[in-house]
Amino acid sequence: MMANMVTAINNALEQIMTENEKIVLLGEDIGIDGGVFRVTEGLINKFGERRVIDTPLAESGIIGASIGMALSGMHPIPEIQFAGFMFLGFGQLINHASRFRSRTRSTMSLPMVVRTPVSGGVRTLEHHSDSPEAYYSHIGGLIVVEPSNPYDAKGLLIKASRMNDPVIFLEPTKLYRLFKQEVPEEMYEIPIGKANLIREGEDLTIITYGTMLHEVTSVVKKKNLNADVIDLRTINPIDEAAILKSVRKTGRVAIVHEASLSFGVGAEIAARIADKAIFDLKAPIVRVGSASLPYPFPGYENYHIPNEAKISKAIDRLMTS
Amino acid sequence: MKTEIFVSKINFLRVVDENGNADESLFPKDLDSGTLVRMYRLMLLSREFDAKVLSLQRQGRAVTYAPLLGEEATQIGSALAMRPSDIFVPSFRQHGVFIARGMPMDIMLVYWRGYEEGNIIPKEVNGTPIIVPVSTQLPHAAGMAFAQLYNKTGASVLVYVGDGGTSEGDFYEAINFAGVWRLPLIVIIENNQWAISEPRSRQTASQTLAQKAVAAGIDSIQVDGNDVIAVYSATRDAILSGKPTVIECITYRMGLHTTSDDPTKYRTDSELEAWKQKDPISRMKKYLESKNLWNEEMEKKAAAEDAALIDNAVETAEKFKPNPRSIYEHVYSYMPETLKEELDEAEANNFWQGVTE
Ligand SMILES: Cc1ncc(C[n+]2csc(CCOP(=O)(O)OP(=O)(O)O)c2C)c(N)n1
Ligand SMILES: [Mg+2]
Repeated sequence: MMANMVTAINNALEQIMTENEKIVLLGEDIGIDGGVFRVTEGLINKFGERRVIDTPLAESGIIGASIGMALSGMHPIPEIQFAGFMFLGFGQLINHASRFRSRTRSTMSLPMVVRTPVSGGVRTLEHHSDSPEAYYSHIGGLIVVEPSNPYDAKGLLIKASRMNDPVIFLEPTKLYRLFKQEVPEEMYEIPIGKANLIREGEDLTIITYGTMLHEVTSVVKKKNLNADVIDLRTINPIDEAAILKSVRKTGRVAIVHEASLSFGVGAEIAARIADKAIFDLKAPIVRVGSASLPYPFPGYENYHIPNEAKISKAIDRLMTS
Repeated sequence: MKTEIFVSKINFLRVVDENGNADESLFPKDLDSGTLVRMYRLMLLSREFDAKVLSLQRQGRAVTYAPLLGEEATQIGSALAMRPSDIFVPSFRQHGVFIARGMPMDIMLVYWRGYEEGNIIPKEVNGTPIIVPVSTQLPHAAGMAFAQLYNKTGASVLVYVGDGGTSEGDFYEAINFAGVWRLPLIVIIENNQWAISEPRSRQTASQTLAQKAVAAGIDSIQVDGNDVIAVYSATRDAILSGKPTVIECITYRMGLHTTSDDPTKYRTDSELEAWKQKDPISRMKKYLESKNLWNEEMEKKAAAEDAALIDNAVETAEKFKPNPRSIYEHVYSYMPETLKEELDEAEANNFWQGVTE
């Protein structure tokens, strides 16, 4: 079928729920409204209000209750309406979801997938455009996944729903309806923890994910770059092997993400490359991110998010040094 | 032994009914005819402003907007009960409160056009900016109320929250803090029956939202939120008492949750029609007309004046020129070298050239 990311995720959820009756969805406005982005559209009609649960407006409650369900033989897939509001449940994720397994020495695990829309570029109000992947990756114990296209979204979500771990599933708002692509009707998995080499080249490696993949692809085409382009797909645990393999081949690396530059995923990747492959580098590692400041209001967001000019300039620097 | 140790009750207050008939025994003594007319005019102005922003949004001249349609009495009644020294803490739908407190509409429009400069609130307005994460403003308001005690200002803090917002932990934490310290905190619950697509019944099994105050050991009352006089009266009493109080205003969101919302997905036309019969503005109009304080001619004149004010505000707001440097310049009290470097890099390389907003 041809599907955008919304339809692909909706389709995955329907199949996951059909396959495993322990799975329930819970969140704000996910029932009759189908979620504010319509990702859960129609699911309440098929599965009823005990499996597609409109919760009270309380994010700590949603995530905390999901943890309780997961501890009791269910497999919840909570939706947080926007990533900016997930911080109200941050304590539950960091204090509990991340470490229930380790602090009980794997006698208690938390099979759950927390879905939330992330990132900007679509003129939303304050707090609706954050890119929080680094926070959740930093703690350890939370798997952090971010698809960049409908096909990956479906396969990653199916895989996530079959794992016995808490997975933070980040869905870039901008990509929800940006384009359609062929997505298989049947269920399929995309491995978690494995990056996707979406383009092969010899001269440089560009590592990216989520919204920025599309900016990067455009720059690569326009500049006719002979580049490896890596879509991380899973942020944590990071696919270090795929990164090092490519970097050892090309010797030049740019890392591009929408999240703010400082203390981000790019810093982590750069540090790993510096640790393990610094002598394979022909030039200093280049990072591109949004400015190191809180996401601004919609009127200013395009001055904040990396654009093609910024990515292009960084690549020029990389190729000439 | 087993014996009843605690009972509680919640009062409901309505002063002017749907037909504009007032219960004179409940009518606040301090309301003169000038103030009554002002209340009505502010409700009209709020509704006009609201309609304007909605239409600007539809034309791509404003960002996602949360209309107040139907909630004018709750907002104007409570706003006018405040003294100039009292401080208000809104969430994201209280455009009427801002207007009543003298916030220039052009600045409000700068917010709804998507710029931080719309959060620059003149001192005399005595309020804090729009808060989007639901209920997170309540603990701020409790802290501000503590500061009023600490600084012996005698002022109260009025904070607004929706029915949905009363489900958040921050709501309980704030009223609990206020109860323990007897803070001059007034929580206006703008119960418009819906939190996006979820009806009030999906938020709580509690019979009223007002009774949530009982567990915090603080006063509370439920009022007809479409009766501007009742809202005024309850708010004024709470302010004068100096005690922490929850005021649940029963009103209705007659419009969209926001401009991204489609209410036909989750609620019926008949529900909306029933609430239209209780429209807060026509109710006040009937009352004023019955007292010979208002007539059609005044209505026409008011409409023309309001339209001019609003058009003027739109014109001023649309002249606002965003300065991209501003997103860097206000992050800290000083400019760190590393941030300056990012700013210089953007400017030197023309990263902003051709950027559209
Ligand atoms: C913490 C948080 N969660 C979710 C949202 C998304 N959201 C915005 S308004 C809203 C419903 C609010 O309902 P209510 O408190 O009744 O206020 P109303 O919109 O009716 O004025 C939701 C879920 C948010 N802004 N903040
Ligand atoms: Mg509401």
